[in-house]
Amino acid sequence: MQPTAHAFKEVSRQKIADPDLQRALLKLKTDFRAKRVQVVNRLPEFEALRDEAKKLKDHVLENLDYYLETFERNCTAAGGQVHWCATAAEARDTVLRICRDAGAKTVTKGKSMIGEEIALNDHLEAHGIKAVETDLGEYIIQLRGEPPSHITAPAVHLVKRQWTETFRALHTASDLAPDRPLDEPRQILDEARAMLRRSFFAAEVGITGANFLIAETGSTVIVTNEGNGDLTQTLAGTHIVLASIEKVVPTLEDAMTLVRVLARSATAQEITSYTTFSTGPRRATDADGPKAFHVVLVDNGRSDLLGGEFREILRCIRCGACQSLCPVYGAVGGHTYGWVYAGPVGAVLTPALIGLEEARHLPEASSFCGACESVCPMRIPLPSLMRKWRERAFETRVTPAATRGAYKLWAFFARRPVLYRAGARAAIGLLGALGRKRGRFRSLPFAAGWTATRDFPAPEGLTFLDQWARRR
Amino acid sequence: MAPNPIRVGLFVTCLVDLFRPRIGFAAVRLLEAAGCRVEVPASQTCCGQPAYNGGDRRDAQAIARDVIAAFEGFDYVVAPSGSCAGMIRRHYPGLFDDDPAMRARADALAARTWEIVSFLADVMKWDGVAAQLSGKAAYHDCCSGLRELGVKRQPRALLAKVAGLEVADLPGSEICCGFGGAFCVKYPAVSDALAGDKLRELEAAGADLLLAGDLGCLMHISGKLHREGSRVRARHVIEVLADMGGEPAIGEPG
Repeated sequence: MQPTAHAFKEVSRQKIADPDLQRALLKLKTDFRAKRVQVVNRLPEFEALRDEAKKLKDHVLENLDYYLETFERNCTAAGGQVHWCATAAEARDTVLRICRDAGAKTVTKGKSMIGEEIALNDHLEAHGIKAVETDLGEYIIQLRGEPPSHITAPAVHLVKRQWTETFRALHTASDLAPDRPLDEPRQILDEARAMLRRSFFAAEVGITGANFLIAETGSTVIVTNEGNGDLTQTLAGTHIVLASIEKVVPTLEDAMTLVRVLARSATAQEITSYTTFSTGPRRATDADGPKAFHVVLVDNGRSDLLGGEFREILRCIRCGACQSLCPVYGAVGGHTYGWVYAGPVGAVLTPALIGLEEARHLPEASSFCGACESVCPMRIPLPSLMRKWRERAFETRVTPAATRGAYKLWAFFARRPVLYRAGARAAIGLLGALGRKRGRFRSLPFAAGWTATRDFPAPEGLTFLDQWARRR
Repeated sequence: MAPNPIRVGLFVTCLVDLFRPRIGFAAVRLLEAAGCRVEVPASQTCCGQPAYNGGDRRDAQAIARDVIAAFEGFDYVVAPSGSCAGMIRRHYPGLFDDDPAMRARADALAARTWEIVSFLADVMKWDGVAAQLSGKAAYHDCCSGLRELGVKRQPRALLAKVAGLEVADLPGSEICCGFGGAFCVKYPAVSDALAGDKLRELEAAGADLLLAGDLGCLMHISGKLHREGSRVRARHVIEVLADMGGEPAIGEPG
């Protein structure tokens, strides 16, 4: 996906003025947020569980090589094949090779953020293989040629009317009546199911992501609500699991610890409809399942993160709670962030993966309200990590010179109290004299960014410290 | 006043100093009512948060050094702002991770630094509010005070003692108003959208007065309220607690 993160400011303005998007986001901001509070409150030990989840993932990151090798050994013993890929390109080529070896013309796909990250669909399509997203939200955005706007609710930016329009426009080439009823969610869902069923039966390869890799058993785990992941991985002859390396956990119990915080944080559920464990290909005694089972382990920058100051972002389990609860995300939607990962997690991860120059707005476009950190089930200090990117941007002069100059100028005066007081006295005296009668300014030449949409309150005219000195 | 009153250094904050000194006087009045002796170091300017959040760590460290030196001698340092108090309390120590001597001084200052309402309620155990104001107020939880310092029930408990004042529930009171320091001018469209949400919440709650604990957020929200022609007015919560609710609200003539 071609990043558009550099255009954050322009895109944010368009998105704020987009009534459909705003209506869609309002639903997220009201319904989801209320449900999450309820589901968290119903679990008294939720905070303790967050601590446990954090400790667990920190331990894994401390011993990542060990657990990955253990996973590989046990997965191989179960009949699976593990492929190590250092880069996105290597991962794409590995998946393509497996698909070609399986003679695939069609592949079905369960939801996978790492698949988005390595732009797998484009690569397969470019080599003549049709990739069909089978998660309902992913399915419609694929039809529309859009990337997901949210980690766990990829089509959260759409309202129902857009679903209807898209299905009418893009499904009508097939055997469906152009004027069929398509206004009720049930009708939309049924049509998607009917269309997807054709792909499930046609696909030679099914590709899923993995929420967890379990070292002790060599299993991969997906948590889903629609059953599409199970159809993807059981109906095709070959199952490919795409996973970034930080997905590994030591044991089944550990995976369940994370599942408990994941579902509550992602979809405000206690547990998702399906939690599917896959261990190797079909055995002789199994009724169904794929004949071949491949796990493609993708590094793509994780090793670098592991050794640096952004390590804590590797605890992320991709629940999307930081997006759902972020006021900025709630105002502009996920596409504004201009790459795969939107919201606070994207503000930390995206600069690491596509470069700070392109992504420089993302860590800046936060009011540091801290809502993300307060809900992150893995206790990732997202604002602090964003601030580290701001520091790096400042040091490497990615921050525009005028902005750096403004901070420096303010600091220059702040460190010289006598000069500061003299300047404050003059400026505040003048502003007070000009504005006191009305109480506020509708426009100020040096603060146009403020007064474009807000009045600016006039100061009283004498600073507190001057008034204090007079009184004493 | 008691023979050995608690000595409080008032960190008035740059915004209160420059734009709304009456909040500073409200702080003095309340601290004295609670039995503290208030001093105001004349060398204070800013806590350094603009530089810190702008990525200018070196300047943030330099300013923090000055603040630490100016406020070291007090029993407590109190600020009428969760944001600035949070800066000193939660962020100063980390600025000196590489300098053990400074780190110790920053830790010591952090441990003695409080946002004013939580200081009155939690440290001084003060509840002697002698104020009255008629109207329907809504309290907005500014982010730093709420999430960095746990300021939530204290202002509500003290406001409940203001004669004549009804405090309405504001369902989105924990959602950021979009001020965010430099954020409000770096991303004005986003900042304005969040202020718009806040305005609609206030109107829906039927409030005629918005109260909060940080002047930055209040200037931003009141600026939006005025621009949109809302009848809701805005004040710092301690103006009301100090019985100064009759003075002009933020952005009003006077």
